[in-house]
Amino acid sequence: MSTDAQAIHHESFIVNLGPQHPATHGVLRIKLTMDGEYILDAEPIIGYGHRMHEKMGENRAYAKFLPNTGRMDYVAALFNGHGYVCAVERLAGLTVPERAEYIRVITCELNRVASHLLWLGAFLVDLGGFTPLLYCFDDREKILDLLESVTGARLTFCYFRFGGVCNDIDDTFVNGTRDFVKLLRSRMPLYHDFVSTNIIFRKRCEGIGLLSADTCRRYGATGPVLRGSGVAYDVRKQEPYSIYPKLDFKIPVYPECDCMARYRVRVDEIVESLRIIEQALDQLPAGPVMAPKVPKILKPAKGDCYFNVESARGSFGIRIVSDGSENAYRLKLRSPCFSNMSLFQEASRGMLLADALALLGSLDLVIPDMDR
Amino acid sequence: MYSLGDIVRLLLYLVGLIGFGAFNAAYLSLLERKQSAWMQLRRGPTEVGPWGLIQPVADGLKLLSKQILLPRDVNVPLFLLAPIMVVVPAIVSLVTIPFSETLVAHRYNLGLLMIFSFGAINIFALLIAGWASANKYASIGAVRVVAQNIAYEVPMLLVVIALVMVTSSFDLVEIVKQQGGGCWHWNLLKLGANPMMPASFLIFFICMLAETNRAPFDMVEAESELIAGAFTEYSGMGFGLFFIAEYVNILIGCSLATILFLGGWDCPFGLFPGPHWFLIKMYALCFTVVWVRWSFPRTQFYGLLNLSWKILIPLALVNLLLTAVMLKLVP
Repeated sequence: MSTDAQAIHHESFIVNLGPQHPATHGVLRIKLTMDGEYILDAEPIIGYGHRMHEKMGENRAYAKFLPNTGRMDYVAALFNGHGYVCAVERLAGLTVPERAEYIRVITCELNRVASHLLWLGAFLVDLGGFTPLLYCFDDREKILDLLESVTGARLTFCYFRFGGVCNDIDDTFVNGTRDFVKLLRSRMPLYHDFVSTNIIFRKRCEGIGLLSADTCRRYGATGPVLRGSGVAYDVRKQEPYSIYPKLDFKIPVYPECDCMARYRVRVDEIVESLRIIEQALDQLPAGPVMAPKVPKILKPAKGDCYFNVESARGSFGIRIVSDGSENAYRLKLRSPCFSNMSLFQEASRGMLLADALALLGSLDLVIPDMDR
Repeated sequence: MYSLGDIVRLLLYLVGLIGFGAFNAAYLSLLERKQSAWMQLRRGPTEVGPWGLIQPVADGLKLLSKQILLPRDVNVPLFLLAPIMVVVPAIVSLVTIPFSETLVAHRYNLGLLMIFSFGAINIFALLIAGWASANKYASIGAVRVVAQNIAYEVPMLLVVIALVMVTSSFDLVEIVKQQGGGCWHWNLLKLGANPMMPASFLIFFICMLAETNRAPFDMVEAESELIAGAFTEYSGMGFGLFFIAEYVNILIGCSLATILFLGGWDCPFGLFPGPHWFLIKMYALCFTVVWVRWSFPRTQFYGLLNLSWKILIPLALVNLLLTAVMLKLVP
């Protein structure tokens, strides 16, 4: 191996970053070959949180896999559920009432805001600034309260059902959400003053962790990572699903390719998500939230279906092959974190440790989503 | 040379200073926790004692009761020596700090030099701690501490040399005496001697943050990069001593800034000078140090060196030249 040869020449050494390390946010292990503080090679070793979600999806009835979806990307749990129910609905030919679609989008976008806020705080902790985390958690807590009131959970949501959602939203939720949208809008200048314009933060992000659009494409990186590299790819626009075509929102794109671009994409996405939530609340139709006559034990016809949703971290894809029985014959999950993480090895080569950790933080990895 | 009375007096002062240092280390850590809590919409320690006031005692007891772990590969004598080496010079430096004209353990005409030379031992101690730990993160931290302190000692000393040219004394008591009689006499505002005085105070303050390894220059610890840097392998009171030394060093840094630039025990409006003014100014600076820590993320290592070599050192040199020229022009 070339790194071994380098090791002898440069007197390099190997550092295990993780599985328990403050910067890896979970059980990610990165084997770093370092020359002083420069990274010669960074080999991610994953799988510490592997739970065989795919196999579990093949061994149990469709409905029984629903709770699993909330346990992969637990920070943005609703998106996984959204992808899964949409795929199964397409296979089984179920139509979802419009009100349910709206509720799904509202809750999903709330979840996206919560996820980006958590990322914002955690990213600053990676850079050594602890204070913004608490402000982000303060705002995120309000979202979790709202979501708890309709889904019953605060983190590992299991809210969507085949053919709708399990709980209707009430006026308390609608008004609470409207208030929250106003509140967070008024808080955004605070984040800008405190974080975006902070000189040390800018020095640590601008021009650091460059990921070209080509690198992103080769590794299949999606989401804010790809949009921070100047590619306007968003599943909500490219392969519209649910009610997204009816809503007016922009896809923030920044061509700088650095950590700052990824930061700006996510902050702008928070604002766009708030716009989506407001529009969806304005257009919210009355009606049922579950399709009538969804069979208790679902047996979709033989077939093959792939469904893509735009999760907070990128494109979350799910492929289900049905053989007509009550279990899926094959269930394949495409997690955005796995692809986003895989480019780290190439991108971090030659970087300094501190900068590489800024890059790692800007990828927004959720380890159970990666390990599945 | 010294009478018995002098020795007894010095010993009493030493005991007092150790108490003062330990007390401040404990309560600065509480200040740090409370202040960060205020900044972060939290409440900080509330459980131990009223308003969490006994918390530092509980922390100390916890650290004392912990086992001092010796990992397999450590160099035991050096590993155990390092925490002592870091805390003793810190306490000794307090000896020459004048709290008022008379309240000084040992007035020494080279007091300023003495503090800087003892301050330099801190670097060795951290280097030894990192190296003796036989841990890769600790080694990286140790290498960082050397590069960082070399980079920051230079502009700091350049600024101090310029100041000594103005005061023409290394004696801390003498330096403060020259600034007596209201804030317009303080070195910070002695624009007649050198128009760059406020800038040199800022340079001194930044270098002081870097010297004491405080955020945003806490490269040695760098929690999210190096876990705890040079202190990774330390447990119990071994870690506790580093912790105490960090706060005592902040105390010394803030005291020095107060003495050199802010007129020591002098009152801003020329009334009732005394040690209380010294303490007020010093704690205001300590408050600022904590404030800075919880407001900024950590700088990159090369950003830190760039700041020192490309900005602070040229500025300090200009300051030095300007001071020399002004001294010739305005005798």
